[in-house]
Amino acid sequence: MALKMVKGSIDRMFDKNLQDLVRGIRNHKEDEAKYISQCIDEIKQELKQDNIAVKANAVCKLTYLQMLGYDISWAAFNIIEVMSASKFTFKRIGYLAASQCFHEGTDVIMLTTNQIRKDLSSPSQYDTGVALTGLSCFVTPDLARDLANDIMTLMSHTKPYIRKKAVLIMYKVFLKYPESLRPAFPRLKEKLEDPDPGVQSAAVNVICELARRNPKNYLSLAPLFFKLMTSSTNNWVLIKIIKLFGALTPLEPRLGKKLIEPLTNLIHSTSAMSLLYECVNTVIAVLISLSSGMPNHSASIQLCVQKLRILIEDSDQNLKYLGLLAMSKILRTHPKSVQAHKDLVLQCLDDKDESIRLRALDLLYGMVSKKNLMEIVKKLMTHVDKAEGTTYRDELLTKIIDICSQSNYQHITNFEWYISILVELTRLEGTRHGHLIAAQMLDVAIRVKAIRRFAVSQMSALLDSAHLVASSTQRSGICEVLYAAAWICGEFSEHLQEPQQTLEAMLRPKVTTLPGHIQAVYVQNVVKLYAAILQQKEQAADAQAAQEVTQLLVERLPQFVQSADLEAQERASCILQLVKHVQKLQARDVPVAEEVSALFAGELNPVAPKAQKKVPVPEGLDLDAWINEPLSDSESEDEKPKAIFHDEEPRHAKQRPPEADEQELARRREARKQEQANNPFYIKSSPSPQKRYQDAPGVDHIPVVQIDLSVPLKVPGMPMSDQYVKLEEERRHRQRLEKDKRKRKKRERERRGARRHTSLHTESDEDITPAQRVDIVTEEMPENALPSDEDDKDPNDPYRALDIDLDKPLADSEKLPVQKHRDTETSKSPERQDVTVVEKKSKKPKKKEKKQKEKEREKKKKKEAEKGVDLDFWLSTTPPAATPAPLPPGFLQEEPGVNAAVTAPKEEPRGEEQDAGEDAEQDLEKPSEQKKKKHKKDKGERSKDKKRPKKRAPPREGDAEPVQNGALREEPLPPMSSYSLLAENSYIKMTYDVQGSLQKDSQVTVSMVLENQSSSFLKNMELNVLDSLNARLARPEGSSVHDGVPVPFQLPPGISNEAQFVFTIQSIVTAQKLKGTLSFIAKNDEGSTHEKLDFKLHFTCTSYLVTTPCYSDAFAKLLESGDLSMSSVKVDGISMSFQNLLAKICFHHHFSVVERVDSCASMYSRSIQGHHVCLLVKKGEKSVSVDGKCSDSTLLSNVLEEMKETLAKC
Amino acid sequence: MIQAILVFNNHGKPRLVRFYQRFPEEIQQQIIRETFHLVLKRDDNICNFLEGGRLRTRRLSGHGSRAQPLCRMWDLPGLGQEPMSPASAGGLSTTAPPGKTPIHPLLGDLHHYCFFRQYSSVSLIGGSDYKLIYRHYATLYFVFCVDSSESELGILDLIQVFVETLDKCFENVCELDLIFHMDKVHYILQEVVMGGMVLETNMNEIVAQIEAQNRLEKSEGGLSAAPARAVSAVKNINLPEMPRNINIGDLNIKVPNLSQFV
Repeated sequence: MALKMVKGSIDRMFDKNLQDLVRGIRNHKEDEAKYISQCIDEIKQELKQDNIAVKANAVCKLTYLQMLGYDISWAAFNIIEVMSASKFTFKRIGYLAASQCFHEGTDVIMLTTNQIRKDLSSPSQYDTGVALTGLSCFVTPDLARDLANDIMTLMSHTKPYIRKKAVLIMYKVFLKYPESLRPAFPRLKEKLEDPDPGVQSAAVNVICELARRNPKNYLSLAPLFFKLMTSSTNNWVLIKIIKLFGALTPLEPRLGKKLIEPLTNLIHSTSAMSLLYECVNTVIAVLISLSSGMPNHSASIQLCVQKLRILIEDSDQNLKYLGLLAMSKILRTHPKSVQAHKDLVLQCLDDKDESIRLRALDLLYGMVSKKNLMEIVKKLMTHVDKAEGTTYRDELLTKIIDICSQSNYQHITNFEWYISILVELTRLEGTRHGHLIAAQMLDVAIRVKAIRRFAVSQMSALLDSAHLVASSTQRSGICEVLYAAAWICGEFSEHLQEPQQTLEAMLRPKVTTLPGHIQAVYVQNVVKLYAAILQQKEQAADAQAAQEVTQLLVERLPQFVQSADLEAQERASCILQLVKHVQKLQARDVPVAEEVSALFAGELNPVAPKAQKKVPVPEGLDLDAWINEPLSDSESEDEKPKAIFHDEEPRHAKQRPPEADEQELARRREARKQEQANNPFYIKSSPSPQKRYQDAPGVDHIPVVQIDLSVPLKVPGMPMSDQYVKLEEERRHRQRLEKDKRKRKKRERERRGARRHTSLHTESDEDITPAQRVDIVTEEMPENALPSDEDDKDPNDPYRALDIDLDKPLADSEKLPVQKHRDTETSKSPERQDVTVVEKKSKKPKKKEKKQKEKEREKKKKKEAEKGVDLDFWLSTTPPAATPAPLPPGFLQEEPGVNAAVTAPKEEPRGEEQDAGEDAEQDLEKPSEQKKKKHKKDKGERSKDKKRPKKRAPPREGDAEPVQNGALREEPLPPMSSYSLLAENSYIKMTYDVQGSLQKDSQVTVSMVLENQSSSFLKNMELNVLDSLNARLARPEGSSVHDGVPVPFQLPPGISNEAQFVFTIQSIVTAQKLKGTLSFIAKNDEGSTHEKLDFKLHFTCTSYLVTTPCYSDAFAKLLESGDLSMSSVKVDGISMSFQNLLAKICFHHHFSVVERVDSCASMYSRSIQGHHVCLLVKKGEKSVSVDGKCSDSTLLSNVLEEMKETLAKC
Repeated sequence: MIQAILVFNNHGKPRLVRFYQRFPEEIQQQIIRETFHLVLKRDDNICNFLEGGRLRTRRLSGHGSRAQPLCRMWDLPGLGQEPMSPASAGGLSTTAPPGKTPIHPLLGDLHHYCFFRQYSSVSLIGGSDYKLIYRHYATLYFVFCVDSSESELGILDLIQVFVETLDKCFENVCELDLIFHMDKVHYILQEVVMGGMVLETNMNEIVAQIEAQNRLEKSEGGLSAAPARAVSAVKNINLPEMPRNINIGDLNIKVPNLSQFV
């Protein structure tokens, strides 16, 4: 054996380590793959050895190979072996490898659960740290579920190093196991105010990450973050918080108002560019959220723009880039302030850095106006010409189109210019945006009626020179423009000057090399053209020419019939037959033009995409309702069709209306036309003379564009957009002159001689009238179309699962799964129930001025109201510090909420917190004076809560009205804890709580929090109890009465954890005490000692009671039944409010309020053995009387005694 | 969140690869290659951000035009425009000859459009939210792929912190340190970023934790414990002067075996 060991370590000498591997790979450049496969074989050998060092070395090398792209998942099991090594050196290698290659699909990953759990509770912080780091990379839903509780415990670890890692990893846990979010959230929130800045930063990080996905759930944290923002000096944390606020402000504009001031202060004061930039960004977000009706924010905008200008002018390209990025955000809401910096933006267009040029382009989009559009586009066109690299050029192209077409061509004053720009763009080589240009051409030609003539002339020229377009750039899709050109020429053929020539251009043999769908359009539009020409010729009575055209078609169409494209082929063969038929008719001198053009009569109107989808369901129409009642099942299937048929016919006959008289018919026709006119899907006739297919009234509202004849309709030669710039200037000048003339005349009439700066042309955008008008027909969308954007939501968003309301109190079922004590498991005792947080929202009738508001609020959903109170208050006042004294009672509402929430999580050590008691809480509640004050009153008591019945009473209107069946929500409650001290020595502190459950009539569960108060490591803890006749500790099967029950965990210094033990109880009518001992081994540097701690476990009668809701009618019946015995107590000298008093009884004695009227309340509870306990609590001046009724008199008197004790403390 | 941290040299050789989102190894390599090509093109005097392509929906309202989703990977030239052949991975950027459909080595003969779509469904780079933030130091590129929750300038600072930390831990760090001590670089990174979230930005704190862990490792004897240290000592000795045979216990080892490790 010894020899083997020696041999192992000698072998080890000659294993390659990582450095050797790297060196080897570098030395084998030419046959790297071969060398590596050789190394992998060696590694496989090494992994087979027992020596963990050898294995670790092998795994380390594998990690390196993984980086080079080799799959190492086959070694997953070995990696786990190395992870479980006891030495940190090896463990770290194992976890590193795991973090690099484990994922949800790794099947052995479930084997790691226990190892990780062990490492998490390791006494060495670095073992824990390395496990957390590793886990953060490969956590799976299973691991998250199993380890959530362990990690949550670590969030309160004594070492900040562990705390911050535990806090961070919680985000990953939430993602994988969303159920953990609510139970863990209170603690996470607590960590926002951790004394260690690292932990604080980690918590901010996690919450920001959460809030980014579902901001609305985190609005209630705004005050806390606000405080952090004004107090923190850590730029990293500040940036995160400020970014978070940026996400929150759109949800709550009032928040924005509050933020502006501190943010502007930061902007002025900070020297860190990163922070400055984020501040500016958030201010922008705020301004966007406030965009309307905030007059005095122009200063903030100016500040932002001014700071951004500094960034953009900076020589650092990064700042320049970000400056432009932020500028584009301002642009959306405050275009005016950005437009002032047009010079800067245009300057950036010449920057050598492409990303900066692209950002500048983005900005240009928002900067254009009617006035400068032509100028800007001209500049862009020159950039297009000199741009190198197709991507950038394509980007320019799309930007030009974007800029021009934005908001329905709002900025275009001359469409001839625009068409020429589009035509110029078609000459771009290698662009892949041909379809974009095509779409624009179609859109403009359709919408701008006045431009059709010009468009058609340009398009026919384009078709004529199709060979240029198609040959050079076929691969890039610019030929798409031919699609548009062909369609426009065909559809608006009446505007063509030389239709014959265009027709011939479209029938050239070269056309067959175009893509199929374009050929198809060609074929279709050839016929349109043909129809137009035929008509023209027949009108001119030129039968000869007409027949020639037909002949041309008959000759040329067969080339399309042979097309490989189905669509083109089908259309061509169809049309060919049609034309041949026409030819026959022509031969017989039959006029055909009329009929052929009838094929294409009518005009196409634009309909928005998704229009159909957005038609609202008319009122009263239930799509799910049966139109005909379904036939009864008794009818056999064969009969069905018959029956329907049979049924239908006579009805039809019956319903036939009597012959309507002429008047009636006319009326109906009118109504139908009216309906058609309003129906977006009914293709309307147009009043244009060529399409005199229909001539119905009611379509006159389609605006007919008047052509401004001051612009020549055609510029000779191929269009050059530049010419238009000049022309446009002239046109505007003329316009201006006219206007000025008019003005001057007016003014002269008014006041002669008082010449003002009329010569200064302060031409605003509105002054420029476009040369053509765009038809944006409102009926593109159906009436009342729903402005829904539902289709935009991604149902597969993984963050959706985290959209969880965090303000709702925790419910019973919500807790993290705990590794359970096996006793608890064997006896299947229900878990403790008091998980819910009591809501402590209150409103006092005093607040008259708020009453109105509150009423409104009550109408809202309950949850919103709750959230609202805190936030509303915070948002509606000046910062708390400024107004300490006269705070409305409502303020206090905030605090217990926080408080209760903090203490809400269940299965975790409480001892520590309890011990830390006041300190921790005061830390937590620094936000305001009031809170401290409040806190002192209820010193030392920590809150748990009571179960709240599922059904809640409606919101109260006033004090006089009874509260039914609910926990009390009226007033802030002092923090309370049901855990009481069991025993304590220098090593350990034990606190406990006893809980019964209705399901188990003879069992109670004792939850015991053990807190290590020493610097030793506590292990082998065992709990033993001297059983009495009445109460026994449930021990594992097969063990004797004298055996102890082991505590399922160990305690590193400063750590606390909770164990649960089940006791079997015979009689529950009396209280009793059990003596017990906790034995454990304390291990520290000097060695280990065996220690024990005695305790007395007190089972009060109260602990057998279980909070059970009861309705007032059931309660009344119970009292009337007369089976209950009665008893009563009275306690004097009570100063506590009735509200708090009831809460205390509810909390400590497990009662629920059935009904409350003024200072009198009925309460109910039930024992685990089913005894009903009813109470009537009345509050006098200084005293409280409690009358009780119970099915067992002993139980009742004992409970009342216990209650008296509690009340006496009040 | 940080999605990935990549360190590679001027030739695209990975020196540190840390993905915080699972990708199969070959995709990882592909991402590294493509990222490399993206940053390689950029001069040192242009900005350090590369924004992820946006899945844009541009709607040209009007007759017959349907919503046209334009799927683009990057706003910048590079990806898809030029085929990434294994040959070009050596550091030369090749320009696709005009007229040739770009071919991706992994995805075969797909037009780059399809490539975008297929890629974006699996890629961290596919989301609109992501951007690359990088810094170039001497022979190394440090690239962070982050989403919009991270501040651009903040990440630039973080890269600086990371590099300075490396410099402290390795005492004048150079590429060789990263090559031979990839594991240590990972351990350092783990103290800065954990699971994609920034853990610590204070350099002193980071260095203190690293040193504490190194001490712990030393006290355990380290990975290369005594025997291995002996070996490396042997390796560093001038071989010809070594005795030909060393006796260790009853095992006789021929020294020439060692030469292969040198």
